Amino acid sequence: MDLIGKNFTPPDVRAKVTGSAKYSEDFRPEGMLFCKLLTSTMPHARVLSVDASEALAMPGVEGILRASEVPPSPAPQDPILTDEPMFVGDPILAIAAVDEATAADALEKIRVEYEPLEFTVDPLESLYPGGKNARTDGNVGNAGRVENIKWTAQDFASVPEGQLPFGRATSEWSYGDVDAAFAAADLVLDETFVTQGISHNSMEPRSCMAYWQNGKCYLHTSSQSGSFPIPTAARYIGIPPEELVFIAEFCGGGFGSKGGAYPIQAVPALLSKKLNNRPVMLRITRHEEFFIGSARHGFQGRIRMGFRRDGKLTAADLFVVQEHGPYAGFNDYQSAAEAVSIVYTPTTMRFRGIPVMTNTPPRGPQRGPGQNQIAMAVEPLIDKAARQLGVDALEIRRINAPDSNWRYGGQQGGLTSAYLREALEKGAAAFNYAARAARNGERNGSKVRATAIGQAYHSAGFRGLDGLVVITPEGKLNIHTGVGNLGTYSHTSTARVAAEVLKMTWENCEVVRGDSSRHLPWNMGQFGSNTSFTMTRSNWAAAEDARHKLLEIAATDLGGDVSEYEIGGERVFKRENPEQFLTYAQAARRAIELGGKYDAHEVANELNPLTKTSAAGVAGTGLVGVAQDRLGGTSNVPALAAGFIEIELDVETGKYQILDYMGVADCGTVMHPQGLDTQIKGGAVMGFGLAGYERHIFDPQNGLPGNINFLGAKPPSYLDVPPQMTTAAVELEDPDNPIGAKGIGEPVQGCAAAALLCAISTALGGHVFNRAPVLPDMIVNAAAGRTPSHKPLQVNTA
Amino acid sequence: MTHPEPKYDSFVATVASAKATRRQFIKGVIASGAAVSGAAYLAGCSGGGAGGAGVERMLMLTVNGMQRTVDVLPNETLAMTLRYKLNLTGTKLGCDRGECGACTVLVDDVPSYSCSMLTHAIRGRSITTIEGLEQPDGTLHPVQQAMIDELGPQCGFCTPGQVMSAVGLLKVNANPTRDQVRHALSGNLCRCGAYDNYLNSVMRVAQMAQGA
Repeated sequence: MDLIGKNFTPPDVRAKVTGSAKYSEDFRPEGMLFCKLLTSTMPHARVLSVDASEALAMPGVEGILRASEVPPSPAPQDPILTDEPMFVGDPILAIAAVDEATAADALEKIRVEYEPLEFTVDPLESLYPGGKNARTDGNVGNAGRVENIKWTAQDFASVPEGQLPFGRATSEWSYGDVDAAFAAADLVLDETFVTQGISHNSMEPRSCMAYWQNGKCYLHTSSQSGSFPIPTAARYIGIPPEELVFIAEFCGGGFGSKGGAYPIQAVPALLSKKLNNRPVMLRITRHEEFFIGSARHGFQGRIRMGFRRDGKLTAADLFVVQEHGPYAGFNDYQSAAEAVSIVYTPTTMRFRGIPVMTNTPPRGPQRGPGQNQIAMAVEPLIDKAARQLGVDALEIRRINAPDSNWRYGGQQGGLTSAYLREALEKGAAAFNYAARAARNGERNGSKVRATAIGQAYHSAGFRGLDGLVVITPEGKLNIHTGVGNLGTYSHTSTARVAAEVLKMTWENCEVVRGDSSRHLPWNMGQFGSNTSFTMTRSNWAAAEDARHKLLEIAATDLGGDVSEYEIGGERVFKRENPEQFLTYAQAARRAIELGGKYDAHEVANELNPLTKTSAAGVAGTGLVGVAQDRLGGTSNVPALAAGFIEIELDVETGKYQILDYMGVADCGTVMHPQGLDTQIKGGAVMGFGLAGYERHIFDPQNGLPGNINFLGAKPPSYLDVPPQMTTAAVELEDPDNPIGAKGIGEPVQGCAAAALLCAISTALGGHVFNRAPVLPDMIVNAAAGRTPSHKPLQVNTA
Repeated sequence: MTHPEPKYDSFVATVASAKATRRQFIKGVIASGAAVSGAAYLAGCSGGGAGGAGVERMLMLTVNGMQRTVDVLPNETLAMTLRYKLNLTGTKLGCDRGECGACTVLVDDVPSYSCSMLTHAIRGRSITTIEGLEQPDGTLHPVQQAMIDELGPQCGFCTPGQVMSAVGLLKVNANPTRDQVRHALSGNLCRCGAYDNYLNSVMRVAQMAQGA
């Protein structure tokens, strides 16, 4: 291949280094108003009355937007504005003014009367008999409905203090005879664990700006995805998708929190409509972003694992209580179970889970949602089992690693390709694992050295999305893509597949994206590590459609059969006589003359309505390739990763230094080496924060957050991570993708987080913590043999 | 050999913990009608509202080598002046309270958090923003070019700040070690975690300068 696997200069990177890239808060239309949000000061309350008369009488205040004026969101979906706020920071109303300070002053003049309602910030406490509910309609969110579920006193009495009871679950599956496998196991571990909730902390707060013009709503917004959010964003605003112009050319980070539409996007649009279509900017502060910027689900969990003497995992029994937040949330707990079944291939397995609502910031997917929490919980236990069985930490992972024939989970689904074992072997060799691990426990004063391994998984691909390409009468190739711009450059790396199929020189190609008025096809959102797999297939399909049309036009014009023609050098020519040819430019002009399917005046019926609208937008402008990915296949596409780490931990201070880290990816064909390298390293940085210090802190008595700023939430800085890291890829093709590619963005975080936790325990001489993050005070306590400062199932701890 | 000290820790004591506190402070600035340079770390929010008494609002600022006359409110931060008065939106607001470094600009060649300085406090000093690095003929600053070559940015939101901190460092230390670069840039958070690539970019510039 000429383009795939080679580095390129992404078309948007120059704008990023020169500051000319326009993010949503960078637009300044004439007459722009500012709005500000009034947010709840209570974790759960009913708004009894709002008196905004004084505020609205202030000079410069233009209007107010109340919850009663916005399209409703059926429970438990996240509302746009609400009169029953369910967490501190829940937006109640918005007020618009000529400038931001006036809007802020006006907010202070609004009198809100609240009726406090009961609340909880601890899922397990909500399951106690008589425990408090986060919502008036119940405490458990499952499959889009709310239930009221309590565990029995018997459930809690049946286990020792600090162990998670196996109470009623709302989601469960199993395969094999789990109980018999435990009975036959040589080693059984039974461990209760906690993983934390944390904010996404994208560097760009989700500011948005909107106005209306000629019946259309123009929304400038921060979005990971280009076309996927459009239908939902339109629904939030209350308009059909074709009336929304969705502009999101740059996105200052999302990590799952901006994958689809989110409710607050509607606020400036609705205010603008109310205020005679004047542009309205909603500048979200860092403070507000903490509350409405989404967060990772926390887990209170328990896992039993049965091992054979040689290290093979024969039985797994996982129970997860998911800290769900107050609204729709995500299915992390279910993904966690899937991950256990795939990464460790237990011969038999049972999963049970229940998502319990809390009055804390709303949850959504965060990089490796579920898979990365469970990697942090289980990987240290794999080390523990290895130690007790006398098996090497690398060997036990090799023994349990999946291959491409493995069938996983309750549905016993298949995998397209799985090369975790190869990743482990490649990493172990390159990292010199055996020699480094031989030094585990080596002391230098108060410092101890430890080397460890972590693994993680995420599903990494969808099928059936659409692609759209146009060969223009100038002979250029425009590749339209609805892939967003969250920094992976996959908008372009996947677009290059179309250029590859059509044998274009890259200089003659343009990636058309970032603004729905540029006619974007229906694509999957840029989340779930899926873009590399999904969009290479869609772009492949669209380019193949264009290639067939080129051949047909040549056969029509130059005579003979389609099979006598081929493409090359941006021409379509007769194989026997290359002098009989049409240039792409000529073919594009002929496509316009021929019309019909050739220039998209007719398109396939199976295309998504959004793609059809976009195809109509480019109809008549050239030779149009537009197609749905019908390449087939049904198996799960697993992205797998292994991380190798070496640390030096000071048992007197609890501080450790990461001396070295290497991440190895099973992501199929490497499409963009530089892009892969930066994903593996960036994922590792985020993983170190997840394992080492990032967390939510909530006061259980008042439901108030304790760390709403960067300093308190502590995303990793330069000084928290190794100054240099290395990366590698297995480079074995995935059979379900035309170029052999699959995604990788998420497990590269989980494997690093898990590796760090494993290394900390190894440095302390064995398995110590069933908890993330592991903070220096926990390390000091453990090293000194003192009792931890928290209870085993306590959550949101400082 | 000197280079700017890490900025992150120096702001520990001054990070406002609550919105109310911050607004009260800013109101205090408005009421006093004075822009107190010593308190600049704490200030910073949008302009508008009541004007302070006795403060000259029309300021002459030197931005990217050009003299710009701007109407500046007493309580206005440099980041707000740049973004909302001069339309220099390359300077980003990630936190608006001196924690993330996305708003870093050079003030007399020293990397500074523009969200945490009152514009009135820097009269007469020379400000360089990310927009001021590119040559009129389109030639990029070596740091910018290296960040393209090394694929420094991911989402790109923190990139202008990273570039400005690196440019500031290289002005005082053209041949830094990797560890010195790491410390000099440690006041610039990157949630994408692109630190390794940013460091590679700056080291590439330093090495090229040594080779030249």
